[in-house]
Amino acid sequence: MGASQFIFIFLSTLTLAAALGVIISKKPLNSILWMMVVCFTLTGHFILMNAQFMAIVNLIVFAGAIPALFIIVVVFINFKKLSRSANPIYLKVAGVLSALVLMILLITAVAGADNSKTLLRKGTGVGLTENLGKLMFHKYVIPFEIISLVFLSAVIGVIIISRKDSLRN
Amino acid sequence: MEIQWYLYLALALFCIGVAGVLTRRNVLIVLMSIELMLNSATLLLVAFSKMHMTEINAFGPEVAGGAQVFVLFIIMVTAAELSVGLAIIVMFYRSTKSVDINFLNRLKN
Repeated sequence: MGASQFIFIFLSTLTLAAALGVIISKKPLNSILWMMVVCFTLTGHFILMNAQFMAIVNLIVFAGAIPALFIIVVVFINFKKLSRSANPIYLKVAGVLSALVLMILLITAVAGADNSKTLLRKGTGVGLTENLGKLMFHKYVIPFEIISLVFLSAVIGVIIISRKDSLRN
Repeated sequence: MEIQWYLYLALALFCIGVAGVLTRRNVLIVLMSIELMLNSATLLLVAFSKMHMTEINAFGPEVAGGAQVFVLFIIMVTAAELSVGLAIIVMFYRSTKSVDINFLNRLKN
């Protein structure tokens, strides 16, 4: 077993354990911290695949900006005054069972695919910032501008939704 | 490294997200589970972009790099979606004093 496979197995176990921690932990703040662990390990996976630009963007957005947003909301909400509400046990069992059935279905689909043993090529330089920048600002300029408009509309929408007086209307 | 291990990892991550959406009632944790599913999709796109560089004639470097540009767009859309979702949660908490997802039907009016 090579070094990259060892790192892959280590990162994968960490990813899955942290993902389980997200959905199991009682307090929302613990879930946010587990979510940050998931994002860090995914950054490790991206670096392992030599996609360095994606790794840094993932680190900045998913492990930096979005947990900050979640933490602001958690601070805003007073969880002590909330009534403890959880799904009844049969609903939980049904949810876990249906997720397991979905996983078995997808795993059989993947295991039956004929090119599932294709090796990932190393040293292609596809994920380097220079190549991605050239691609983004030549071929994908118009989607890039459109996505900035989407982002702007989302910002305006958030401001309009969360105004104080929007409840009264 | 073969592509199937990344496929299995992304599948497991996606199904953990599905289980979180189905079992939890806190809206914040449901949003985080959706974020888990999106993360598995981005992981899979990057893995496929590395895989499609192996067959030289099938997909060139431009197509393979396009997958990663697409991942960048997905990340931006996720950030926009999560900010709008969190704003809706804050408004929901202000009107009902609860973050239970079963009470979301109180948002009408």
